[in-house]
Amino acid sequence: MINTKQLVALLVIFGLIATCPFWIVSPSTLNTVIAILYIALLGQAWNILGGYGGQFSFGHAAFFGTGAYTVAVLQIQFGINPWLGMVAGGLLAMGVALFVGFASFRYGLRGSYFALVTLAFAEVLRILSNSVGFTGGGVGILIPLERDIANMQFADNRGYFWLIWTLCLACFLTVWWLGRSRFGAWLMAVRDNEDAARALGVDVFKTKMGAVALSGFFSGLAGVFYAQFYLYLDPLIAYGSAISIESLLVPIIGGMGTLFGPLIGAAVIHTLSEVTRHNIGDVPGVALAIYGVLLIVIVMFLPRGLISIFSVAKRAFSKRRPANA
Amino acid sequence: MIDPVILIPSLINGLTTGALYALVALGLTLIYGVLHIINFAHGAMLMMALYGVFFLNRLFGIDPYVALLIVPPAMFAIGYALQRGIIGRASHGRDENILLVTLGLSIIIENMALYFFRSDTRTIETPYSFEVVEFAGAFVPVAKVVAFFGALVTAALLWAFMSKTDLGRAIRALAKERKGARLVGINVDHVFAMSFGIGVACLGVAACLLMPSYYVNPQVGYGFVLIAFTTVVLGGMGSFVGAMIGGLVIGVVEAMGGLFLGDSLGQFGIFAIFILILMFRPTGLLGHKV
Repeated sequence: MINTKQLVALLVIFGLIATCPFWIVSPSTLNTVIAILYIALLGQAWNILGGYGGQFSFGHAAFFGTGAYTVAVLQIQFGINPWLGMVAGGLLAMGVALFVGFASFRYGLRGSYFALVTLAFAEVLRILSNSVGFTGGGVGILIPLERDIANMQFADNRGYFWLIWTLCLACFLTVWWLGRSRFGAWLMAVRDNEDAARALGVDVFKTKMGAVALSGFFSGLAGVFYAQFYLYLDPLIAYGSAISIESLLVPIIGGMGTLFGPLIGAAVIHTLSEVTRHNIGDVPGVALAIYGVLLIVIVMFLPRGLISIFSVAKRAFSKRRPANA
Repeated sequence: MIDPVILIPSLINGLTTGALYALVALGLTLIYGVLHIINFAHGAMLMMALYGVFFLNRLFGIDPYVALLIVPPAMFAIGYALQRGIIGRASHGRDENILLVTLGLSIIIENMALYFFRSDTRTIETPYSFEVVEFAGAFVPVAKVVAFFGALVTAALLWAFMSKTDLGRAIRALAKERKGARLVGINVDHVFAMSFGIGVACLGVAACLLMPSYYVNPQVGYGFVLIAFTTVVLGGMGSFVGAMIGGLVIGVVEAMGGLFLGDSLGQFGIFAIFILILMFRPTGLLGHKV
């Protein structure tokens, strides 16, 4: 029941977002919507593994960067169409995720260890992409400007809107499916009590591998979108800690392990970074420092994220009537 | 075969650097052993201590070795206050939360440093900056020799503290059995904060020993943090001797990696060790449990 309601809510929200290109005239306002959807995709990808699976990754940039570099390098070095490159980017990011997952989960590394392994992998990839030739090294990689739908470069940013809207919807639908599928139930059981889940016959290793694969795939797609939108990449953008931090901050602020948390988190984070840029300017450090403060404040006072405000309000509201259950 | 004339200096260089890695890792492993959390802000706090040493020298002309009397106690106070005021309070009894809070702290510290000090790299000059001693045919900077022995002495003091004093016993009791320690009247919150403070004070010592032969910039902690983690993972989480051995090994591996692969890939050896250890022996060389 609750799942059908959630699906309806999800479709209504994405339907409303889909009207944006029709009534938003200013391209910069539409860019805001695009940015929020992109951040929501990044956060929702992390949420699959971190929120639903309880495995906190501190290095999601490893997957994001792999997706971004794949589409860029395939285009420039091999002349492969970015639409194909997008699929390749997602799959390769998934491959990296499976490798990281295999390395960690096979020996039951969890908690702090898993966070460390992911962080180290992102760092290894950053150093590698800085040292090898085909990524352009530290100088970075520039995708030549050729506006054409066939090139996944849109003259009108409405094209980018539809692209990120579709990717984001796909990711949110996947997470909705997690909430009602057997796999999702396994995953949440592993998160809540790994030993108990194992005792009940859940294949803990396979479940975690499934989650890390999905998470890596969508994170890679976010990377692909980034590369095609900004048409520039360097090792620090692709594999730096900023992306990893943003990925985990979004669902934590919005509400981990919830379907709509990442959307709320994305809206908050984007608004916050815009407000900071407006008031303080592009001073290095400030935006990220605020993220750090936000992370601590949320963990301290609202560990279930902003979305829990709704459920608190709902509970207070429904107290007047006798509870259904 | 590589000529010993090149090999020995880089071996010595690796050992002296490794001793400092060990010192940084010692603080990390102490905190992990007692609180069962990884302090992600460890690198950022080292950077903070390095800035402390730097400004004491630049503004007041205080020698880094004299700063040993100021910086470690100050770091201890900061660590104690952070654990009691923020980390312990925000945890709600869940380890993942502590992980996130220390990550948040590291983000704040690093970016505030970036904001105030920009990304300039700063060094200090001391009368002994260019002094060297000859050892086994290699010329080693005096500062590195002092750092090496300073790290060993600190480790020995820490070990004596843990095994001979009441507080040390309380810390070890808490590491083994949280509930039991509480039952026999140990003030858990206080001892947690003391352990965190002592772990962070180790960084203060490391900063004082490091600064004469090193530099500081806002990103400096980032390099150290992964090295310290690798050291701790290599030696075994919570093991003191493991951290010492791990630090020395990592220092040598880095120096050798730099020698054979060049500087940019030299760090690669560290990550390779890190990932291999985590994959094949996550308990580390001397650790007991994950």
